[in-house]
Amino acid sequence: MKVGLFIPCYIDQLYPCVGISTLQLLEKLGVDVEVPQNQTCCGQPLANSGLQKETIGISRHFINLFSNCDTIVSPSGSCVLQIKEHVPKELHDEKYSHIKNNIYELTEFITDILKIDELDGQFPYRVGLLQSCHSLRGLRNGKSSELAGKRFSKSGQLLSSLKDIKLVDLDRPDECCGFGGTFSVFEEAVSVQMGVDKIKDHLSHDAEIIAGTDMSCLMHLEGLINRNRQLLKVMHIAEILNTAMT
Amino acid sequence: MKHSQAAKVFLKNAPRTQWHDKALWFAREKRDIQKNQVTEWETLRDHASQIKEHALSNLDDYLMEFEQNAIGNGIVVHWASDAEEHNRIVFNILQKAGVRKLVKSKSMLTEECRMNPYLENKGIEVIESDLGERIIQLDKQEPSHIVMPAIHMKKEEIGKLFEKELHTETGNNDPQYLTAAARSHLRKHFLSAEVALTGVNFAIAETGGFVVCTNEGNADMGVHHARIHIASMGIEKLIPKKEHLAVFIRLLARSATGQPITNYTSHFQKPEKGKEIHIILVDNGRSEHLGEEKFWRALKCIRCGACMNTCPVYRRSGGHSYGYTIPGPIGSILTPKIDLKQFADLPFASSLCGSCSDVCPVKIDIHEQLYQWRQEVYEHGHLSWIKKTGFRVVGKILASPRLYGLTGTIARFFLIYAPGFLVYNRMNTWGKSRDIPTLPRQSFQEWYKENRNKS
Ligand code: SF4
Repeated sequence: MKVGLFIPCYIDQLYPCVGISTLQLLEKLGVDVEVPQNQTCCGQPLANSGLQKETIGISRHFINLFSNCDTIVSPSGSCVLQIKEHVPKELHDEKYSHIKNNIYELTEFITDILKIDELDGQFPYRVGLLQSCHSLRGLRNGKSSELAGKRFSKSGQLLSSLKDIKLVDLDRPDECCGFGGTFSVFEEAVSVQMGVDKIKDHLSHDAEIIAGTDMSCLMHLEGLINRNRQLLKVMHIAEILNTAMT
Repeated sequence: MKHSQAAKVFLKNAPRTQWHDKALWFAREKRDIQKNQVTEWETLRDHASQIKEHALSNLDDYLMEFEQNAIGNGIVVHWASDAEEHNRIVFNILQKAGVRKLVKSKSMLTEECRMNPYLENKGIEVIESDLGERIIQLDKQEPSHIVMPAIHMKKEEIGKLFEKELHTETGNNDPQYLTAAARSHLRKHFLSAEVALTGVNFAIAETGGFVVCTNEGNADMGVHHARIHIASMGIEKLIPKKEHLAVFIRLLARSATGQPITNYTSHFQKPEKGKEIHIILVDNGRSEHLGEEKFWRALKCIRCGACMNTCPVYRRSGGHSYGYTIPGPIGSILTPKIDLKQFADLPFASSLCGSCSDVCPVKIDIHEQLYQWRQEVYEHGHLSWIKKTGFRVVGKILASPRLYGLTGTIARFFLIYAPGFLVYNRMNTWGKSRDIPTLPRQSFQEWYKENRNKS
């Protein structure tokens, strides 16, 4: 199986360490990873602002770059959702269908394709899990609290398999953190308040780390934590799993 | 005022925002408890969604069936193509009866039609009999929530208002005391009302009857004393069969307030001897909305308010920030159909978290519709900031690896956030309350080339 790794633009540019951790983690799990060169973006910042039409170029570039991969993995639920649901209709062809049906967010790739539910690693910290909305309600990588039925979370499952980790219970486990892409600047006041409340929830349960499946949400929270000099750290789940497995 | 600005003002009063957020979250939690007790919850939602989609897809037939059966039951049926016509019909009924006072229970439709000011202008006294609505009416405000219209007000404010309007004891804010005062004040209106107006939660094509759900019993109080009962309903309130109520009644109150059922679920079928029932079937843009391929499902709404209670944006910005009778997520997908330009900012008043769609008892894909409305706003040229920004340029850069590589290092952060910065004509919208991430020495792609792909 040839696995193509998609590292979204903001991880590439702002959090390369998350890209490196993802690559190393997949390799530790025995995956043959290829990183197609000249990747850019999934197009989401434009599409979510109403400019889906203007993403044809971006999407075409993405499709050409990844259509040779059997499977595509990305450490961002949000970008995976964009590719699965909001690629302009003009580009819906066989190549695109292949990508749509074979692109996975990192944790769902580990649990559903590699069929690994437990990882051999240790992480002795109190961790709060930020279930990014696009992973949770978009890709259904967990059950949202609004729905009835049995609770599950693919990222939570992987984290909880680590030795000595303590996953804290939050008051509002899956309320949005307030990032929302350009929402974070268009609706700055509400976005900030949502982030502040999310951090408060973690602090009141003595979390040391906020773990997330989307670096963009974590960037928003990290910006608030640093500004307010709070004692809390954000980590992408790839960084946690990769560190834990050394 | 735009939503983002109104929200900013709302958020200035931190204690109130916190309390507003908690009060509505509490409703969401109560709803969750109820949902967990009904094992077939998701099946019920599926059924509700399918029944509504079926009914809306065959609305013309069901409306005819309903009209025929209602007339057969002795109900007078009126058709109103818009708000103006609806208001005129109500006024004509009052005039014909020679009555100058209307007692009404909660009806979002009459708010939509701006019926109260219309009638008041013609010298009719309109008395809201739902407690929340009465508070709002006495304070000359607009409701901020469709189920809990005065949820934005604190009991101290209501105490003050009642002191002034109902002459209650000075400084007595005890909710029970205030409720009792409102009750005795309303009672005399109930007893003297000759015409009462209610909304409609569900109308049944098969029987020609309809159902009104309230917690205070005020709809019944008004109607039973009055000689004439006017029921105003949007045409989308129709369901085919009586047995379908078994689905909706189980979902409605659980979703709305976390109660298994509203205190009163009143079925109206035919007028009592010597009395009249009038039904007004209101279109007011609905049939046109129904023709919108991407957006017609919004008409499935049963107005439970759950999407407001769960919405992290609504809870932190208050209902008035939306500038329309129906606020929150559902309001933000109804308003663009009414006036795309005026309400162009509402589809953007969301982080697209999708909580609304998951909580909705009739499974409206609210957040997907918000996304689609954003596309419409752009395509119709209502993104005023778009001209000023480099957003289209960003699209070109991201489509070209060469440009992306060139701009990358310098423009790392601005690549994604430039548009937002420019909209506000200053550099620090992101950075007002948040730190900007420390820029790394090299990008992932640079690292990869250096370490893995030396060719
Ligand atoms: S859209 Fe759904 S959740 Fe919102 S008020 Fe309507 S029925 Fe209730």
